[in-house]
Parts: sequence; structure tokens; C-alpha cells
Amino acid sequence: MDLSWMAWTWPTATFFITIALLLVSMGVWEYFSPGGHPRVGLLRFETTRGDRLFVSLLGSAFINLAWLGLVGPNLWWALALSIVYAVGVFRWV
Amino acid sequence: MNKTPNNKAWFMVLPVLALVAFSAVIPLMTVVNYSMQDTFGNNVFFWAGTEWFQEILHSNRFWAAMGRNLAFSAIILCIEVSLGIFIALNMPRKGWGVPVCLVLMALPLLIPFNVVGTIWQVFGRIDIGLLGRTLAELGIAYNYVNNPVHAWITIILMDVWHWTSLVVLLCYAGLVSIPDAYYQAAKIDGASRWAVFRYIQLPKMHRVLLIAILLRFMDSFMIYTEPFVLTGGGPGNTTTFMSIDLVKLAIGEFNLGEAAAMSIVYFLIILLMSWVFYTVMTNYGTEKR
Repeated sequence: MDLSWMAWTWPTATFFITIALLLVSMGVWEYFSPGGHPRVGLLRFETTRGDRLFVSLLGSAFINLAWLGLVGPNLWWALALSIVYAVGVFRWV
Repeated sequence: MNKTPNNKAWFMVLPVLALVAFSAVIPLMTVVNYSMQDTFGNNVFFWAGTEWFQEILHSNRFWAAMGRNLAFSAIILCIEVSLGIFIALNMPRKGWGVPVCLVLMALPLLIPFNVVGTIWQVFGRIDIGLLGRTLAELGIAYNYVNNPVHAWITIILMDVWHWTSLVVLLCYAGLVSIPDAYYQAAKIDGASRWAVFRYIQLPKMHRVLLIAILLRFMDSFMIYTEPFVLTGGGPGNTTTFMSIDLVKLAIGEFNLGEAAAMSIVYFLIILLMSWVFYTVMTNYGTEKR
């Protein structure tokens, strides 16, 4: 199947593979610990693991955009900040 | 009662998943791929990294279009929500007036977007349009083609005319679901008209109102056809909203990489807003229980 129209590159493919792996790991986590572990955290409303992943990914996207707009094109620090943010979300939200 | 967990039902979702993948996920992935590259056609691409994103984030044109989008959404939400509640409160609850009002309210919603644009384009024309001609006869120098304020007023009026009915119908559905006992109790307590609205009708309408606000925000934030038909984004760029700018960039200038980067930023903003609205909608009031 010719997928050249999708203009794949290795960096973008790696990005999507990472997202897919994250989703698969969430599925595995859910299999071993069903129920989504709902709890009321910092935001004062109930969130499940899936919600926390969504908030982490969306927040990370904005962290990277803000970094690009305010700091510069080197996104490694933004990535590190996103990971810290995601850990915080999974821990406290 | 203990339920036996059975996740096999999730397999029933597979056809929808395949459909969404085909119609949304794969195109979105392609847009992400395009946003990192530059192309001059013929399926030949050059790696650009995050350059397009930087260009978008530092572009006055992008922020101006987003400012116009936010201003437009804020204005029409203020008008349509308050007007929608007002009309719904004054609509008849029984008798022949109910179907008449409901049909009249539903009519603007049935008209295709480009037809609405064309109707208002003709309506506002100073030579043959009823609105434009009447204003000209009254001595008001109205011209939506070359006056940005007039263009904005016309677009807002058009959107209010097209979409207030949706808010009305949703609020009306919320209002008719209030049992008479609430009103009787309020009458016995000698509650004022305002108190009835504040403590009975508004709380009972809050869910449908949130849905109305969410729907109107989403629709107004991605508005394209009506202003495109009416003003084409002009005069100048004064009614160029993000969607119109995006099409100009992608199709008019064939700048696919930059347009893809702009689409992603646009998509992320809508995703964030939708999540905020959805979270508020699903959690509002739960803490009171």
C-alpha cells in the first residue's frame, strides 16, 4: 500500500508510535487494574487514568507550543517540562 | 448487586473506531506530517521541523484572526444566550401557539449556511436589499462592503438570526420539563417574577444552557461559510476569521506546511475549549450532592 501521500517522516512516525504505545500501555494497565482508578484531585472533580492521560497530553502540547513561541526551537527542555507536568497530573489531579 | 465485568462489548465499538480512523485520525496524522514539512506539489516534501509552528506563533496575521474569532464568539454568545432565554421564557406553554412558535423557531436552523450568507448578502445590499435600501432611505450611510463596523454588525445579526433559535429550543425544552408544583409553591410563597427565574427556571435550565453555550461556541469559533459568502473576509481582513485565513493560506497561497501548523494550533484550542466545557457540563452540581 502506497502511503507516500501521507508524507511520513521518521520523527512524526516516532511521535505517533509513542502515542499508540501510551494508549496500549493504558489498556494493559486497565487490564491488570480495572476501573480506571477514579479519584478527586487538585481540580476538585473526579478523574480517571484516561482523563489524566488526556490532560497530560493536551497540556504537553500547549507547553511545547508556548516554548516554541516564547523561547525557541530547541524542544528538549519543553519535553522534560512536559514529562514533569504529566507526572504531576498523574500524581495530584 | 455485583455485576460480572465483561469488556467484550467494547468489540461492538470497532466499526465506529474504523470509521473515525478513516475519516478523522488518518487525515489528522497527515496534517501533522505536513506541518513538519514544506512542499511545492507532486508529493515532494522537504523537512522543515518546527519552523511553521514558530512562524504561526509569531505571525500577527494569525493572532489577529484568533482575536477576531474570540471577539465574535464572545459577542454572539452574549447576545444569543440572553435573547434565547428571553424568547423561551415568553413562548406559550400550551395551545395552538406552541407548534407555530416551534416551527418558526426551527425554520432558520434548516437553511444551509451558504444560503444564509447569500440571503444576508442580498438583504444588506444598498441598491436592492430590503435592509440596505431601507437604511439608505433613512439617511444612514450603511455599507457592509467597505465599512468594517457595518460588516461586523451584519455578520453578527446574521448569526443571531440563524442560531438564536437553537438556544431558544434548548431553553424551552428545559423550561417545559419543570413541574407545575414548583410554580405553585413559588406563588404560595409570594415569589417575584425575578425570584422564580433565578431560583426555579435558571437552575432547571443550566444543563441545556451549558449544551447551548458549548454548541454555539464550537460553531461560532469555526465559522466559515456565512462570512465567506457575505464579505469574503473583508473589507481588508476585518472579517477574516481563522477558518477563512486557513483556507486562504492552504488553497489561495498553496502554503500547505504553514496551513497544517495553523490547523493543529486551531485544533488544539478547540480541543481545550471543548474539554473545559465538557468537564464543566459533566461535573457541574456533582459536588453539591
